[in-house]
Amino acid sequence: MAEMGKQKSPEFEELDGFIKKSGLEGKQSALIAVLHQAQHIFGYLPKEVMMFIGKKLQIPVAKIYGVVTFYSFFNTEPKGRNQFKVCLGTACFVRGSDKIADALQRQLGMKMGETSEDLRYSLEAVRCVGACGLAPVVLVNDKVYGRLLVKDINKIIDAQE
Amino acid sequence: MVSLTINNMPVQVEDGVTILEAARKLNIDIPTLCHLELHDLKMVNQVASCRVCVVEVKGRRNLAPACATQVFEGMEVLTHTPTVIKARRMVVELILSNHPKNCLMCNKSTDCELQNLAASLGIFEIEYVGQMSQHKPEQSSRAISRDMNKCVLCRRCETMCSKVQTVNVLSAMERGFDTVMGTAFNLPMADSTCVNCGQCVAVCPTAALTEVNNISKAWDYLADDGKIVIVQTAPAVRAALGEAFGLPPGTNVTGKMVTALRMLGFNKVFDTDFAADLTIMEEAAELVHRIKHGGTIPMLTSCCPGWVKFIEHQFNDMLDIPSSCKSPQQMFGAIAKTYLTQKLNIPLEKMVLISVMPCLAKKYEASREEHKTPEGVQEVDLVITTRELAKMIKEAGINFASLAESDFDDPMGASTGAGVIFGASGGVLEAALRTAYEWITGQKLEKVDFTSLRGLDGIKEATVKIGDMDVNVAAASGLGNARHLLECVRAGECNYHVIEIMACPGGCIDGGGQPYHHGNIGILQKRTNALYQADRDKPVRKSHENPYIQQLYQEFLGEPYSEKAKELLHTTYTKRELM
Repeated sequence: MAEMGKQKSPEFEELDGFIKKSGLEGKQSALIAVLHQAQHIFGYLPKEVMMFIGKKLQIPVAKIYGVVTFYSFFNTEPKGRNQFKVCLGTACFVRGSDKIADALQRQLGMKMGETSEDLRYSLEAVRCVGACGLAPVVLVNDKVYGRLLVKDINKIIDAQE
Repeated sequence: MVSLTINNMPVQVEDGVTILEAARKLNIDIPTLCHLELHDLKMVNQVASCRVCVVEVKGRRNLAPACATQVFEGMEVLTHTPTVIKARRMVVELILSNHPKNCLMCNKSTDCELQNLAASLGIFEIEYVGQMSQHKPEQSSRAISRDMNKCVLCRRCETMCSKVQTVNVLSAMERGFDTVMGTAFNLPMADSTCVNCGQCVAVCPTAALTEVNNISKAWDYLADDGKIVIVQTAPAVRAALGEAFGLPPGTNVTGKMVTALRMLGFNKVFDTDFAADLTIMEEAAELVHRIKHGGTIPMLTSCCPGWVKFIEHQFNDMLDIPSSCKSPQQMFGAIAKTYLTQKLNIPLEKMVLISVMPCLAKKYEASREEHKTPEGVQEVDLVITTRELAKMIKEAGINFASLAESDFDDPMGASTGAGVIFGASGGVLEAALRTAYEWITGQKLEKVDFTSLRGLDGIKEATVKIGDMDVNVAAASGLGNARHLLECVRAGECNYHVIEIMACPGGCIDGGGQPYHHGNIGILQKRTNALYQADRDKPVRKSHENPYIQQLYQEFLGEPYSEKAKELLHTTYTKRELM
C-alpha cells in the first residue's frame, strides 16, 4: 500500500496537514491524538485511514487496529449525522433514563449500538457524561438535553436535521 | 550485588535481577506461564499478565509477580507458602475456567505448558464456572492454524512476531473478556503479511497456535496402492527428531530416521541435502555470473520461504537482490518429478513427494503457484514437520530409539558436508564459499571451515579472500536482524557481496516445526553442533564434488545456470502489499 501516502481526497489532505503542522510524523506516541483528529475529520476510522496513519507515524497497522478496537470511542463503521447518546450512568438511571432509552429505541426504530441505513441517526448507551445535575441526560452530537421526560423525546428527534 | 533471602535462604545476585532469576540460583522453581526469556535470541516476554508466578514479599501488601519484580537489598521472599500456593492455584483455575477441556483431543496434549502447569499444581477441579470465549478456529493459512479459544493471552506470539521478527502481524485486539490476539482488520492469516515462519507457534504455551496438521493426508498417500510415495528430509530434522523419543538434544538420528521412514511405508527415502548441494551449484554459478557480468550485488540467498515472503512484503523495492534459485525443497521436487521419474521409470501421475521439514513456511512454499513442473503438477505434494513425523512414528508403534541405522536411497540421497550445514544459520553461505572459491580461483580450498559464520549470533560477518578479490559476506538469522541488514544495504552503507538470511533465529535448527524447546535455548546450540559434526564426518565436503550431482548435470541439466537449469531450478518473486 505504498500509494497510501499520496491520498488525494480533501479529508486525507486535512489529516496529513494536521500531522505535519503538529510535527507528528514518525511520532508513535501521538497515535491517540491523531486517531481522534482522524475520526473528527472522517466521522469514523476506515481501514484506509488506519493504514495512512500507520505509514505517517511508523506504527504497524495491527497495533493501530488494536488501539482502535480497545477504545469504545473509536468507530470503524460510519456513524449517523445525529449521534444519540443516552446516559445510563447511576444518577441518570435512578431518574429513569432506562425509560428514555426505551422510548428512543422505539421512536427511532433502532437498537442500542445501531446506525440507520440512511446514516441519519446513530443510537448508543454511554456511562456518565459528567452532567449528573441534569439527569436524565441525552447527548445529540455535542448538544446536551437534560431533565428529560419520555414525552420530550419526539421533540428532540424532530429538532435534528 | 544485592543480598536477599528467599525462603529464608540467603542469596546474592546482580542488581536488576528479578525474583524469578534469583530463586533459580537457589534451585527454587517458581512456576510461570506467560513469561518467556530467550536470551540468545534477545527475546524477553515479561508482561506479567498471567500472575502464576506470584510470591510473598515481606512488607508488601499484595503478592508480587516474580518474573517482573526486581530484587532489592534486604528483600525477604517466600515462594511457596500456603497463601501463595492458594493464590497460584486460583489464578490457574480462573485461566482454565475459560479454556476448552478437550485436552485428550488436542494437538498439544502432553506437550502443553498449561496442561503441565495444571498437573504440577494438582488441579483436579475448577471452582469457577463462567462465560467461555467463542472464537471461530481460523484455518486460512497453509502453515499456521489458530484457535483463539485456547489462548491464555500471554503475548509471547506478539513479542516474537513484532519484537524479534518485526513482521508485526499479531497484536492484541478488543478489550476485557473480548481481548484476542488477532490480525489487523481481523484479516485471515493467509491475507496478512504473515511470513509463516511459525516462531509464534514455537513459543505458544498452548494449542492456540499450531502447525496445519498434514498427518492424515500423509497416511492417505501411504495407504494408496496406486501411488509411489517418496520422501525427502531436510538437514535440520535429523538434529532434532530424536528429542521426541527421549534421546539427548543434539543426537544425530539420520540412520534411525531413514529406517523409520521405510517402516512407515515410503517407497524411497531421499535427502534434501542432495538438493542443498544442487542449490549451491546454482547459487554459486549465479554469484559468479553476477560478479563477472555486473549483476546486482549483494546477492541474497533464497532458501528460506519465510524470508522470501518477508522481502516480498517488507522490501518489495529490492526484489532484484535475492538469488533466483529455488529452495532445496523445491529444487528436489523439480528434479524428482522430471529426472527421477525418468531414471526410476515412475509415471509422473503416480509419484507423490512428501517433505519432512523443520519449518512451517515450507508448507506454504510448496503450495506457491510458481512451484509447478513444466507439466503443471505441484513439485512437492505434501509437507510435514519434524513434530508431525515424530507423531507418525509413534502412531506406527515404532520403537525409534532402538532402531538400526540405514542409508538413504540413490541417487537423490547422496550429499556432502556442505549440504547438511544448510540447517544452521551461516551454513548456506559457508557451503557456497567452499564451491565459489574453487570455481573462481581454480585452486583447491584446503581449509573448508569458515568458523566465523557459525553460531547463534543474529548477524555474522566475514571477509574472504578469493583470488585477488575480497568478498564480504554476512549471515543474518531472525527477521529483525534481516531487516537491520537490508536497511543497511538499502541505505548503501553495507558493502556485502553475499548475504544469507534465515527467518528463524539460529536457522532451521530452530524452525517453527521442530520439537518444542519450551524456553530451553541450550538445545539450539546442541542441534547446531550435531550438524557441524555431521559435516566433519562426511568424506566429501564440497557440493560440486558430489558424484551424483555431477551425474545429474551430465545426464540431464548440462551446466550450472544453463537454460534447462534456469527453467527447472530458478524462480521469480512477487511484489506484495506492505501494511
